[in-house]
Amino acid sequence: MEILVILIPVSLFLGILGLGAFYWTLRRGMYSDPEGDSRRILNHEYDDAPKQDET
Amino acid sequence: MTAPLRPALSACPACNAVPAATATAAGAVADARILLSVPGVHCAACISTVERDLNRMPGVRSARLNLTLKRLSVAAAPEIDSDAVIARLAALGYEAHELDPGTLSMTETDRQGRDLLMRLGVAGFAMMNIMLLSVAVWSGAQDATRDMFHLISAAIAIPTIAFSGQPFFRNAFAALKARRLGMDVPISLAILLATSISLYETFNSGAHAYFDAAVMLTFFLLAGRYLDYRTRAVARSAAQELAALEVPRAVRLRDGAEETVPVAEIAVGDLVRVRPGGRMPVDGVVTAGTSEVDRALLTGETLPVFAGPDTIVSAGEVNLTGPLTLRVTAAGRDTSLHRMADLVATAESARTRYTSLADRAARAYAPVVHILALVSFTGWMWWTGGDVRLAINIAAAVLIITCPCALGLAVPAVVTAASGRLFRAGLLIKDGTALERLAQVDTVVFDKTGTLTLGTPELTNLGDHAPDTLAAAAALAGASSHPLALALAQATAAAGIEPAVVDALAEVPGYGVEGRLNGAPVRLGRAAWVGADAAETTATYLAIGGVTHVFRFADRLRPGAEQVVADLHRQGKSVWLISGDVPGAVADLAARLNIKDWQADALPQDKVAKVQTLASAGHHVLMVGDGLNDTAALRAAHVSISPASALDAARVASDMVLLGRDIAPIAGALQIAAQSTRRIKENFTISIVYNIVAVPIALLGFCTPLWAALAMSASSITVSLNALRLK
Repeated sequence: MEILVILIPVSLFLGILGLGAFYWTLRRGMYSDPEGDSRRILNHEYDDAPKQDET
Repeated sequence: MTAPLRPALSACPACNAVPAATATAAGAVADARILLSVPGVHCAACISTVERDLNRMPGVRSARLNLTLKRLSVAAAPEIDSDAVIARLAALGYEAHELDPGTLSMTETDRQGRDLLMRLGVAGFAMMNIMLLSVAVWSGAQDATRDMFHLISAAIAIPTIAFSGQPFFRNAFAALKARRLGMDVPISLAILLATSISLYETFNSGAHAYFDAAVMLTFFLLAGRYLDYRTRAVARSAAQELAALEVPRAVRLRDGAEETVPVAEIAVGDLVRVRPGGRMPVDGVVTAGTSEVDRALLTGETLPVFAGPDTIVSAGEVNLTGPLTLRVTAAGRDTSLHRMADLVATAESARTRYTSLADRAARAYAPVVHILALVSFTGWMWWTGGDVRLAINIAAAVLIITCPCALGLAVPAVVTAASGRLFRAGLLIKDGTALERLAQVDTVVFDKTGTLTLGTPELTNLGDHAPDTLAAAAALAGASSHPLALALAQATAAAGIEPAVVDALAEVPGYGVEGRLNGAPVRLGRAAWVGADAAETTATYLAIGGVTHVFRFADRLRPGAEQVVADLHRQGKSVWLISGDVPGAVADLAARLNIKDWQADALPQDKVAKVQTLASAGHHVLMVGDGLNDTAALRAAHVSISPASALDAARVASDMVLLGRDIAPIAGALQIAAQSTRRIKENFTISIVYNIVAVPIALLGFCTPLWAALAMSASSITVSLNALRLK
């Protein structure tokens, strides 16, 4: 049972990590165009050289 | 992009880039941000075609297409204007409209959505962790271990509920303050009661805690809330987009010099110039120039009307052939157009509100839930002789198990699925109850000009004329921008007729075009000016050497017009055509489309009267129209649709907006509406059946948290899956 002392914090930490990642994607506006993003996957344009931020 | 350059985030990455670009270009020229609505984009190829082409366009810094909103945002050098981009898109085959970025305050609605999504994410995270701990408890954790698990659950659940439950608590509080029992009151009560009882149980080493149920309840209800929000946000942003379609600018004459100013700055008494092809920005009296004005949007007349000095024109009319100078008699909110729009808006809000299925369900449901919980509490108090702890426990179980999750998801899930499907077909729902009302429609009333037809004429009697005549006509027509001349030039060009060589071509605004063919004068234009007898239908006249020729025109059908009428007939709906145009033109169109019931020369009040007569005969009427003359009828109908090209007033009055040019989706929309109403009713049945099964179990006190959680998830998931069947 002592293992729980490690496992529970670990699982909570991983969960919070996921939540943080979700918050980050949300702030970056990654859910603003779900339709377009799902189609953009099919686009080979930036496969070898991803588009760079211009600024 | 570096962090300090990113103060305000908005939905589109290109918009994000704008402040950054402005900041880096401080001192240098600032980029212009152009927002366009491109209703025609639909696929991966569209995205790459549009973006690649625009990024190659000189002066364009970046272009990004948002497929969800069908909106293109372009950052470009200041010398690039929207017209250039629109022309470029037209060459690619996409119709585009400029949007006014000022009117689109998309960050506000966006923040709301992001807020809901964040609460949903937090609730999801907490739900999963608490569920893990709960499974450990259910599988036999005892005494100290169980208490520890419960404590950890509490530590996760309480902040989560405090954060994620806020939308419900706020609504419930507002409802209570207004002395109402909304759906949010039982929800908040269940969440709070479950949390406090669980807390009490935890500190008293009880066997059962309801943290999992409370958090799961919050999660599923937030999911419903978010779906609901998504549907409305799409509708709202598109409605804003439509309002932003007309970028209001006018050319003011000041001391003889022209200056382009926003309409808001025009005052009564100013002189305003309206170029051919432009729309009157204000009400006014013509002081100089002759031309013809197109009043089709306001009156439904297809034929242009002559305008010269002292003619009174209204905002919204289109100037066709010559430049006009107007003395402004009313501007901005005082124009006749705006006053009409305001009237309609007022009447609209006064319309007896249709109560949606969800409202009716909630009204019946909320009191029942409270009464059931109270009954179980008093019942168990009496039965156990005053065991408050047990009684409250069971009452909470009842509140949770009657959780309106399924009910809360039933309508939003279906409406989201249906409106998504309609949006892809080119129809936008503005009003939440429109779908339910559309499902009841049995009679469809169409307006003619601008609705079933595009309002652009098409030559019908090309074969009646000799090639010489056509060649002369083609040459004259090519020199004018009058819609009839354009249609004539197009028809002759399509027939492969070489225009004759005509000298001294000159357009006489308001009358027509004249010139010299082999030394003899030729004229193309109005009957009286040419010296011909006026015909019944829309026509233009040609005079060569004393002989006159008539070119007849019919209104071009909107794409899908034939199909929509045929489809509606097949669905067993009755179809009416009511127009303000002359009987000849209306009868002709009715015959072409196989519509038996039609009415011509209808004034706006005639249209309303017709709709009301049909309604009082027990029919549910769908009105489809675009003009100011249709606005009142649109309002009077059970449900209404107007094309995106319609006037503001008509769009405000209607429940749905047709985004593309094709009118055919209307027939499909009726079917989707009927289907989705069926799904909503099925979903209600599912949640009622679930309650009938689950409530007695809870009432009798057999409900463990595990069962409550399982039953609740099962009902919510069933309802969502049922909604997805619509796709």
